[in-house]
Amino acid sequence: MDDLPPSAEVSAAPTHVPPAQGHGEGHGDGHGGHDDHGHEHHELGFIRTYLFSTDHKTIGIQYLIAGLILLFFGFCLMLLMRWQLAFPGQALTWANAHNHIMYQVKEVCYHLGLCRMPTTPLPVPPDPNDPPLLQIIFGDAQMPGGIMTPDFYNTLGAMHGTIMVFFGIVPVAFAAFGNFVMPLQIGTVDMAFPRLNLGSIVLFAISAILMLGSFFVPGGAAKSGWTSYTPLASISDQPQMVVPYVLSIFHVIPLWLTFMPSGAAPGNGLHLPGLQVAADGLHLFRLHVASWHAGHSFQWPMWLTGQSVWIIAMAFNITSSLLSSVNFITTIVQLRAKGLNWMRLPFFVWTQFMTAFLLLLAFPPLEAAALMQLMDRLAGSSLFSPTGLVVNGTPLINGGGGSPLLWQHLFWFLGHPEVYVLILPGLGIIAEVVANNARKPLWGYNQMVYGLFALGFLSMVVWAHHMYLTGMGTAISAYFQLVTIIISVPTILILSSLIISLWGGSIRFTSPMLWATAFLPLFGIGGLTGIPLAFNAPDTFLHDSYYIIAHFHYVIAPGTIFALFAGVHYWYPKATGRMMSEFWNKVHFWPTMILMNCVFFPMFLQGMAGMHRRMYDGGATYEILNQNVLHWNVFISEAAWLMGLAQIPFIINFCFSWKYGRKVSDNPWEATTLEWSAPSPPPHGNFLKPIVVYRGPYEYSVPGDSTDYTPQDQPPSHGPIPISGPFPAEERAIGIPHLH
Amino acid sequence: MEIPYTFTARPDTGLYNGKLGIWLFLASEVMLFGALFTSYLFMRLGADPGTWPTHIQSIPLGFTNTCILLFSSITMVYAWVALKERKFNQFRVWLVITILCGFVFLYIKGTEYYSKYIHYGVLIKAEDFDKYSGEFKKADVMVNEIPTQGVFEIRGHWENKTDKNATYYSIIPDKNFHPIGYQPPPGETAPSGDEEQTFKIDKADVERFGNLLPNYGTYYAIYFTVTGLHAMHIIGGCVVMLYFLILGSKLYRRNPEQFANRIEVTGIFWHFVDLVWITVFPILYLT
Ligand code: HEM
Ligand SMILES: [Cu+2]
Repeated sequence: MDDLPPSAEVSAAPTHVPPAQGHGEGHGDGHGGHDDHGHEHHELGFIRTYLFSTDHKTIGIQYLIAGLILLFFGFCLMLLMRWQLAFPGQALTWANAHNHIMYQVKEVCYHLGLCRMPTTPLPVPPDPNDPPLLQIIFGDAQMPGGIMTPDFYNTLGAMHGTIMVFFGIVPVAFAAFGNFVMPLQIGTVDMAFPRLNLGSIVLFAISAILMLGSFFVPGGAAKSGWTSYTPLASISDQPQMVVPYVLSIFHVIPLWLTFMPSGAAPGNGLHLPGLQVAADGLHLFRLHVASWHAGHSFQWPMWLTGQSVWIIAMAFNITSSLLSSVNFITTIVQLRAKGLNWMRLPFFVWTQFMTAFLLLLAFPPLEAAALMQLMDRLAGSSLFSPTGLVVNGTPLINGGGGSPLLWQHLFWFLGHPEVYVLILPGLGIIAEVVANNARKPLWGYNQMVYGLFALGFLSMVVWAHHMYLTGMGTAISAYFQLVTIIISVPTILILSSLIISLWGGSIRFTSPMLWATAFLPLFGIGGLTGIPLAFNAPDTFLHDSYYIIAHFHYVIAPGTIFALFAGVHYWYPKATGRMMSEFWNKVHFWPTMILMNCVFFPMFLQGMAGMHRRMYDGGATYEILNQNVLHWNVFISEAAWLMGLAQIPFIINFCFSWKYGRKVSDNPWEATTLEWSAPSPPPHGNFLKPIVVYRGPYEYSVPGDSTDYTPQDQPPSHGPIPISGPFPAEERAIGIPHLH
Repeated sequence: MEIPYTFTARPDTGLYNGKLGIWLFLASEVMLFGALFTSYLFMRLGADPGTWPTHIQSIPLGFTNTCILLFSSITMVYAWVALKERKFNQFRVWLVITILCGFVFLYIKGTEYYSKYIHYGVLIKAEDFDKYSGEFKKADVMVNEIPTQGVFEIRGHWENKTDKNATYYSIIPDKNFHPIGYQPPPGETAPSGDEEQTFKIDKADVERFGNLLPNYGTYYAIYFTVTGLHAMHIIGGCVVMLYFLILGSKLYRRNPEQFANRIEVTGIFWHFVDLVWITVFPILYLT
C-alpha cells in the first residue's frame, strides 16, 4: 500500500493552472480548468452513440436498463408460479383471477362488517373456443386451457432463478453500477479496454436473447432448476447426438483428413480415410433433411432444445462476465487517479474489485462444467450420468462411469462465490449511501476492506455446504461446516460496521437512505438464518425446504435488490442531471418493504414445518403434513402480486424523471467521492480537469472545515494537513469513528 | 480521448494495461482447465474396474506434438524480440514459423482423432462370452473384463461396416489394447498393430458397440473435451497471429512499441496454451 505523505502529493500536483472553468459546484479552487479530454468532439452517429458505444457510462446505462427489464421479467415468471402454488390446478384465466380478486375484496368487507362471509369461488372451467392469453403466449403444450403443466412449472422455476441471478442482478449490480460508477470514482476517463467492454455487452445481449428465445423452442425452456442438476439436466428435452451433424457441417475437416496418411487403416492402394468420415456424416445429415421433406415442414433440430440452449446461453453469459471482470480489475489497478492510493478507494470500488475477482476465478469451472454437460447432451457422453441409469423404466445405454456429484461440485464451486457476487456490490452501494447520509466516515473502513478479502478467499472454499445431503461423507461435511461458519464472521463484520457507522450521525432520510436503512436489518435476517444451514444437523432437516428459499431471498431480495434501488436513486442525478421524485419513491418504498416481508417471512414457517421447495402443487398433496402452514400459500402469492403492482411507481418515476425530474447541481448529495467532481451527466472523457486526490473517501464533518464534506480532490487549504491535533489526518482518512 | 497506460507501463505497477489484462485472463483459463483436470482425476479415481483404459494414446505422436509446441513457444519469443529490435521482416519469419507449428500440431491431433474414429469397441455380454473366449485365447486377443457392467470388451477395426444387413460384426482386433494395470512381459515392449485374423461376433451377443468417440466411455469423453478445448485455443491463437501477420505492417508503422506489446501479449497466451499441453501430455498419454 503506497501511502505517500499528503505533502508529497501536494508538491506533485500539476503546476500549470489553466483558467478556471467554473462548471457546476464543488470543484476545487485553483486546480480547476479544462483539459483537452472533455472537449474532443467526435461526431458519432446514433448507432455508435447509443447502441454500440464504447463509453463506459453508456454501457453502464445499457446494462442497467436491460438488467432492470430482465429482473422484472424474471419476477413475472415467479408471479405465474405463485398462481399455481396458491390455487393448484386452476386455470389461470381472467375469469378465475377476477373471481379471486372479488372474493378478497368481499372478505375485507366482511371483516369490516359490511357484508356476509363470501363463499370460496369455484374454478371456472376453461372454454376451448377461447384460449386464455397465457395459452396463446406459451403454447398448448405448456399451459393447456391456462392450466400450468408440471413441466412448465419447472421451466418457470428454472428460468426465474437463472434470469434473476445471471441476467438480472449480476448485470445491474456488477456490470451496470460497476461500469458507470467505478471509473468515475477512481477519477479516470474510461475503462482500460473500452472495446472489450463493448464486446462484453454484445455477448451479454446474445446470451439474453438466446435465454429468452429458449421459451419458444419445442419442449420449452430449461426445466432442471437454476442449478441444472444432472443426470436430469443431461437427459431432459430428449437431447440428440449432434456429432454426425458436426461431422457433416464441418465438412472441411473431413476433406482435410482426406489427405492424411492412412496409417493403420487396412485395405489396399489408394485409401482416402477422410472421405469415409465425410460420407458417414453426410449420410446422416441427408437422412435428417429427408425427414423434413417427408413431413413437408421444417423440423426443429432436436439437439437445440431447452436445456441445450440454456447451456449455450450460459456460455455466452459467462464469457461476457469474464471479459468484464478482466476489464474491471485492470481498470482499478492501472487507472486510479494520481494520489488515489489503495486505502483511499471508496468502499464501492473495493467491492467491485473483489466481485470481479470472484467472477474471474469462480466462473470458469462452471464454463468447464457447461461444456461437459453439452458433451453429455450433444455427443452422447456420460460424464455426469452414472452407470446403469434407468430412465422411465428403460436402462439408458451410455458409456457409464460418470458422476452426478461432479456436476454439483463444479456448479457450487461457482455457485457459492456467485452469491457473494450478488451481495458484494450491494454492500458497496450501501456503504456509499450510509456514509453520505449519516454525514460521517465509515466506521472501520480498514476492517471492512480486510473483511472483504477474507470473504473473497473463503467464499471459494465453502461450496459443498449446498451438498450436505449428497452423501459426500462426514469428514468432508465437517470441513465445510467449519469454513461456512468462519465465513459468516467477515460478513457480519461488514454489516456491523455499516450499522455502527450510523451511530452518532445526523441521518438524512433521502431516497437512497430509505432503502439503505431497510437493507441493514433485512439483510441481517438473511445472513443470520444462513447460520443454522451451515451446520449439518439442522440442514439435514431444512435442506430443500422453503426455509432455504426464504434464507436466500432475504439476502438477495430485500438485500441486494434494495441496495440496487438505493444505487439507482443515489447515482441517478449523476447520470441524468436530474433527481428522481422523493414522493414517488416513498410510494414505491413502503409497500415494497412491507410486502417483501409478507412474501418471504411466512416461507420460514413453511420451511420449518417441512414443506419442500420444489413442489408443483405447493405441498397440497402432503396436506396431512403441511396443514398448519399450507394456507400461507395464498397469502404469499397475493403479497407477491401486490408487490408487482408496487413496482409501477418506480417504473414511472424512473422514466419520467429522465425528462422532467428536478434539475440539480453536480453534487446534489454533497458527497466526497470523485464521481461528484464530474459534471452531470459526465461528458465523454468524464472530468473537465485532471484529477488529483488528496484524502480518503469519506471525509464528512471534518472539524474546522467550512462544509460538512470535503471532496477527495479538494486540495488542503493551508498547505499540508498538520499531523498533530485532535484528529490526525491519517486517521480521519481511514475513518476512525468520532463517537461522542 | 486516450486511455492511460495503454502502451507505457504505469510506474507503480510496472505493467501496461494489456499485460495485466492477459495475465488476469490466463488466471481464469487456469481455473477453466484446472476444473477439467480435476474432473479427470475425480472420474479416474471413481471409475469402475475395467472402464478406464490406460496407455492407449500414441506416445510418439504426443511427444512430437509436445516438442512442436515447445519449439513454437521459442519462435514466438524470437518474433517479439525481433520487433523490439525493430526488425520487422525477421519478425514475420518467426511468426510464420510459429503459425506453421500450430498447424502441424493440429494436423497431428487430427490424425489421432481419426484413429479414434476408425477403432471400434465391442462389449460382449458376459453370458455369451463363452462362445468366443476359446477363439480369443488361441489368437492371444486382448480382452478386458468390466465386471460392474457384466461385459467383456475387445477393440479393433470393423470390417463389414458397409454391409448393413449383416447379423454379425467382423472385427480385426488391436494388439495395442491394454486393459488397466497391463504390464508388458519383462524385457518386451507392449505389442502394437493389428491381429491378422478376423473374428465374427453375433450382433445379438453384443451389449454395446461403437467407435471410440465421447459416447463410448467417460475416458473418451474427457479426452475429447480437454484436447478439443485445447485445440480450440490453438486455433484461436493461430487466428490472432494470422491477423497480426496480415495487418501487422500497418499496425507496426502506426506504433511499433504498441505492436510489440500486442505480440508480447499474444506470446504470453501462446505460452499458456503450451503449458496446458504440458499438463495434458502426462495425464492423458503417459499414464
Ligand atoms: C452469512 C452467512 C451465510 C451462511 C452461513 C449461508 C449458508 C447457506 C447454506 C448452508 C446454504 C445451503 C442450504 C441448503 O441447500 O441446504 C445456503 C443456501 C443459499 N444461500 Fe446462503 N448463507 C449465507 C449468506 C448468504 C448470502 C449473503 C447470500 C446471497 C447474497 C446467500 C445466498 C444463498 C443462496 C442463493 C442459497 C440457495 C441456493 C439454492 O439451493 O438454490 N447466502 N446458504
Ligand atoms: Cu453457499
